[in-house]
Amino acid sequence: MATDAGRTDEGAAKARLDDQFSALYRAHLRDVYSYSYYRVGNHHDAEDLTEQTFLQAYRHFERAQRESEGRPLRPWLIRIAHNLAANYYRDRSRRPQTAIDDADTLVAAHTTEALVEDRDDLKRILECVQRLPDDRREALIMRFALGMDNREIARALGRTDGATKVLLHRAIRQLEELVKAVEAGEA
Amino acid sequence: MSQSFDIEARLRAALAPIEPPAELAARMEARLGTLVELAADELEAWELSAMRDPRNWPRAAVGPAAAVVVGAGAGVGLVVLRTRRRRHKRRAQSHGAFDLAERTLRDVAREAMRVFDDAAPKR
Repeated sequence: MATDAGRTDEGAAKARLDDQFSALYRAHLRDVYSYSYYRVGNHHDAEDLTEQTFLQAYRHFERAQRESEGRPLRPWLIRIAHNLAANYYRDRSRRPQTAIDDADTLVAAHTTEALVEDRDDLKRILECVQRLPDDRREALIMRFALGMDNREIARALGRTDGATKVLLHRAIRQLEELVKAVEAGEA
Repeated sequence: MSQSFDIEARLRAALAPIEPPAELAARMEARLGTLVELAADELEAWELSAMRDPRNWPRAAVGPAAAVVVGAGAGVGLVVLRTRRRRHKRRAQSHGAFDLAERTLRDVAREAMRVFDDAAPKR
């Protein structure tokens, strides 16, 4: 009798946890996919990375929820994607495919009319983003593609809030310099 | 400052969020559904195998045994309480200490039977 009750409680807790994970998945599928896409530069690998991220998150969801103490879990998800992306490059011994000559692929993902008009400008920006050091590029993707605030980015990258603020500031400054140099060269 | 704002606006446009393909969402839903089912099966299998392990038997036995002890304690308490309630009447009716003891024992037996009848499942 006590075992039956225990099993019922455990089953109900598991069902509740699964519902919560489904909600997390629905809320952040686009974030994880966007992050993955800007990291690997093609839909096929971005899908793969997104799937792996959520499967890994599912395995550790209970603990993450317990330890997050009510804080949002998006930085945790992005951190998983970040680590998987790092392994992805290491295992395949390759750099991101979104190197300068692949910026066309990234721009192709933007389909709205307004963006199509500024295609060259977008391509130029993305090329310059790809030239940034890894940590600066990551911080910019999190801020501008995912709309994460400093605290969320800090948690995802395992840095302090202050260090993240400095990282973002330097990333933007460096990007600005790069874009200016490219535009001066074109002129 | 305006230059900085400009670069941020351009960055925001260049790094627009990318919608995941619809088939990815469908595939993920199906895969997570399978995982949930597997986890539920695993939980059930684990509990059954845990019950076959003799090391888990004491834990499984403690619950029912504790329930029996608590239930028996409550039954005895009820018999004592009901018997004590009739002590003045018994004292008034009895002829001597031996008769009082005999009446008390009879009351205890009667109350015990009543408690037992109340606790027994109705058919």
